[in-house]
Amino acid sequence: MRTTTRILKYELHNVVRSRAVLVYTLLLFLLTDVLFRFGGDGARVVISLLNVVLLLVPLVSVVFGTMYVYGAREFTELLLAQPVGRGSLFAGLYLGLALPLGGAFLVGVGLPFIIHARPEAALLLPLALLLIAGLLLTLVFTAVAVLLAILFDDRAKGLGGAILIWLGCAVLYDGLVLLLITLFRNYPLERPVLALTMLNPIDLGRVLLLLQFDTAALMGYTGAVFERFFGTSVGRVTVLGVLVVQATVPLLLASRVFRRKDF
Amino acid sequence: MTAAATVTPAVEFRSLCKRYGRVTALDAVGIQVAPGRITALVGPNGAGKSTLIKCLLGLVRPDEGSILLGGNALDGGWAYRRTIGYMPQAPSFPDNLTGREVVDMLRDVRGRGAATDEDLLEWFAESGALDRPVRGLSGGTRQKLNAAIAFLFRPTLIILDEPTAGLDPVASGILKDKIRRVRDGGATVVLSSHLMAELEELAEDLVFLVDGKVRYAGSIEGLKERAGESGLERAMAVLLRRGSV
Repeated sequence: MRTTTRILKYELHNVVRSRAVLVYTLLLFLLTDVLFRFGGDGARVVISLLNVVLLLVPLVSVVFGTMYVYGAREFTELLLAQPVGRGSLFAGLYLGLALPLGGAFLVGVGLPFIIHARPEAALLLPLALLLIAGLLLTLVFTAVAVLLAILFDDRAKGLGGAILIWLGCAVLYDGLVLLLITLFRNYPLERPVLALTMLNPIDLGRVLLLLQFDTAALMGYTGAVFERFFGTSVGRVTVLGVLVVQATVPLLLASRVFRRKDF
Repeated sequence: MTAAATVTPAVEFRSLCKRYGRVTALDAVGIQVAPGRITALVGPNGAGKSTLIKCLLGLVRPDEGSILLGGNALDGGWAYRRTIGYMPQAPSFPDNLTGREVVDMLRDVRGRGAATDEDLLEWFAESGALDRPVRGLSGGTRQKLNAAIAFLFRPTLIILDEPTAGLDPVASGILKDKIRRVRDGGATVVLSSHLMAELEELAEDLVFLVDGKVRYAGSIEGLKERAGESGLERAMAVLLRRGSV
């Protein structure tokens, strides 16, 4: 544990100073800020941000994360040649990556809300859910990134895998679900679709946030089924729990591979 | 190595095997490294030098065989690495940290309090690079930092992978002097290099690996004698032709 915090301290220094993280923070800040300046109130800005957060956060997390772990490869070997356990080093590596990215998201999106938004009770829950969803998506996709970069020694494979997973979650998955719905439209599909939604972190984030607003009414009967599940606090906690699981599973796998790996 | 029968070897590899898929990187390698001497590790690319070093550092897990350090078998723990200094071949440090921060990180990780050897660190600092981000340093300056870290914690076993690669002649000379000094101080040095002249001037013992097998392990003098050649490069050529000595 002490070794982990010692390693983490320097990893944090290193990642926070990296230009990519700075650019990411600025981008999120400017985007949110502009949305406010174009006359949106807090709730509208949350909705507008939704899709950006759902696409950009996973993309940046998985791509930057994979490249970062590959870039740190030689230094990781040097650290492994020191008297440290692999477990503590792995924890330092992951946290040194996930915490700055999560922090960049919170600052980039949160700061404009502090500057512009009127403090009102109705905004609190959607904003909190947006921030938590973005943070959890960061944790999920950095965990996937670390897993890919440790699993494949070939950078091209790892980076390709990272982009494929992002593409799959952000675009292809929804297409497949739509196809299924069309094929089996004569059957009651609400529950299977609910289950399928649970498997994709990006979909989970989207449904969780959309149902905080009246837009849910546009989704018809399925929307009603979803609303009955996701709209309740039990549903919301379940979704957050599933996202935590989706971050934990690749992380545990990565840690297992890291401990047994030949460098 | 040959004369070390009565002394406990600093490092002993016992029938070490490592395969990557179909490729056999190490094939029943058995070597004793004599303490307090400089041992050269040579062989063509892909002969298994790096794999052997990485096994010793715990970076690679051997399929079979064992490694003994001062007579004690390595058991998968990491505490033994306290006594080892390692200088990897292609140093890469976190881009946005300064040399000082990289060194501080290693000091923190190693635990402060133990005596350190700041010789090479001062040498690195003289180039004025201590407080600049590592990203902007030249290859040679990075290699100096790499060397400074390897010697910093007064290791009793020092492993150097192509230590003078990328160093100018002056820097290379300083590093070689340092290697001899720590050897005179009782440390054991294992180094790999492709420069035969450098090895001839520096090393006393030699391990020659080809295709994961040990072709020769013993003193350099003994090798030259058996090959009937006065130069190391020619002696190695004879060795390659004959298959063994």
